[in-house]
Amino acid sequence: MMILLLMPIIQIILFGFALTTEVKDTQVAVLVPTNDEASSRIIDKLNASAYFDVVARIHTTDEIQPVFRDAKAKLVVVFEDHFGEKLRHNGTAHIQLLADATDPNAATSFTFYASNIINSYQQELMGENKNPYQITPEVKMLFNPQMKSSFNFVPGVLGMIMLLICAMMTSIAIVREKEMGTMEILLVSPMKPIYIILSKITPYFVLSCVNFATIMVLSVFVLGVPIAGSFMSLVAVSLLYIFVSLSFGLLVSTITHSQQAAMLVSGMGLMIPVMLLSGMMFPIENMPLPLQFISNIVPAKWYIRAVKAIMIEGLGITSVLKEVGVLCLMGIVLVTISLKKFKVRLE
Amino acid sequence: MDKQNIQSESAISCKSINKTYDAIEALKGVDFEVERGEIFGIIGPDGAGKTTLFRILTTLILADSGTASVDGFDVVNDYKEIRKRVGYMPGKFSLYQDLTVEENLNFFATVFNTTIEENYELIKDIYQQIEPFKNRRAGKLSGGMKQKLALSCALIHKPSVLFLDEPTTGVDPVSRKEFWGMLKNLKAQGITILVSTPYMDEASLCDRIALIQNGQFLKIDTPKNIVSQYENKLLAVQSDNMYKLLNDLRASELTSNCFAFGDKHHVSVSSEQLSINNLKETLDKLGHTNIEIREIEPTIEDCFMQLSQK
Repeated sequence: MMILLLMPIIQIILFGFALTTEVKDTQVAVLVPTNDEASSRIIDKLNASAYFDVVARIHTTDEIQPVFRDAKAKLVVVFEDHFGEKLRHNGTAHIQLLADATDPNAATSFTFYASNIINSYQQELMGENKNPYQITPEVKMLFNPQMKSSFNFVPGVLGMIMLLICAMMTSIAIVREKEMGTMEILLVSPMKPIYIILSKITPYFVLSCVNFATIMVLSVFVLGVPIAGSFMSLVAVSLLYIFVSLSFGLLVSTITHSQQAAMLVSGMGLMIPVMLLSGMMFPIENMPLPLQFISNIVPAKWYIRAVKAIMIEGLGITSVLKEVGVLCLMGIVLVTISLKKFKVRLE
Repeated sequence: MDKQNIQSESAISCKSINKTYDAIEALKGVDFEVERGEIFGIIGPDGAGKTTLFRILTTLILADSGTASVDGFDVVNDYKEIRKRVGYMPGKFSLYQDLTVEENLNFFATVFNTTIEENYELIKDIYQQIEPFKNRRAGKLSGGMKQKLALSCALIHKPSVLFLDEPTTGVDPVSRKEFWGMLKNLKAQGITILVSTPYMDEASLCDRIALIQNGQFLKIDTPKNIVSQYENKLLAVQSDNMYKLLNDLRASELTSNCFAFGDKHHVSVSSEQLSINNLKETLDKLGHTNIEIREIEPTIEDCFMQLSQK
């Protein structure tokens, strides 16, 4: 009952304020080979705008890749050599905008806003000197040059389906045994309760592996999303994620007594956070701090990040160690709690 | 030596078992012993605490206080041993409705690390009756057949103690009769049976019974003894206006108590009060017609009514 009354309030607030696709305080790295007035003015303007936050300053092109890999910035602004000089003497200079296009919509907005800021600087210069200055921003979408949205949603769908199948179906399957009364008979048998649980989990484990395989096949051959990184590390990360989801389902099944309750808990506790807070639909960077903080406990967030890194950006497993670590930790915590809470009796 | 010890112990023993759910006292100090190889009936109305008692004995829930043992094993510490050697048939039909009869039996045989063949002798009589339907889904069986299947499944591992929680509730009279016949056969094979039922007429089929009400045992004895210990004389009274008759009988000083019992009223009268002619005259004066009064043998139900009044 409370859920029915609270749901609209929470959703209105979430959608109204917290979850926006607007560009806000996006982290930007700048590559400035030669320091000069023009480049620092542009950097200041970027920084001063509400849209961007200049978080890193790099000096060579080799540093660009690590910036994206470590998710330090979503956009890298590359000034050409002797930018200010060229601008003063030739009247034209080039800026390259490199965006992480694994989320194509966000990438388009970033480059659009950045180009606008650069344009406005150009206007200012024109006003001062009446000389025709020309700064040409050149946009380059990294990792997803064709701007396919499937690059963004394949990892998202993976993250969601796995969680749904493993967590929701597992918890419902176990709770159904309780509801039907069959758990009562199974408990009064030599079968160890842990085997009962394992045998309930196995089919859904197999099912999610099959699902993983189908999603992979579909995304590679139908949607044309390549697996840029190592397939084995992708499989490894996915197995880890399945393990986390299964333990979540187990936890739900130990605290609920009816299929309806299990459905509600996994629906409210999983579906909505996964859709809203995993970064699948709404960029996490734009959320207020409390929500960003909460998003850290959504397993799907870490999984989707890892999948994006491996599958789209082609990075090795070493670059997603943090994500893997967090998922491991979540899995261990969830399994420990649910095994502790698991009852060998009815109550 | 241990084995000897266990053999000599009773099959089930309960010592001052208490169980409270929130504010409701489900069991208040239940004490009883069940001998090996006996059919022990727990007789009482719905909500008396029968299922709670069964769940405590089958290690499914923990009692708040008191100790209990089944087959010589403590229900709390040795629950794993108990789970290996008892058969349990819950009150609610709890088999897999979407599996067929045969699949259910096979499944439970596997769960108990045995095969249908191994203990087929034990369930043969029961299972043969449902074997023609072995490819039918359990959910599609009739009440009597479901219950036979559930009993087969509970017996598949040749349990030493069998717990049957209201096995005949919702089952037609013919199947009920058959069912009790089966229990007699199982008893002959040395299986101890604890059975609960709200039907008082089934009580006489048990070796010993316990009458339970509001979480307390009113009496434990053989059905015969319970009936013979009925303190008063019992009369069956009938007239044209049964409702008025019930009220008049209850108000009358000539009777101890009175209950509607089918098409007659059962009236309990103490030996001093007993005077069929007096009672008839009194009722005549109150305007009753076609009065019929007969002295009858009390049934378990009469005993239960009397005991529960105390």
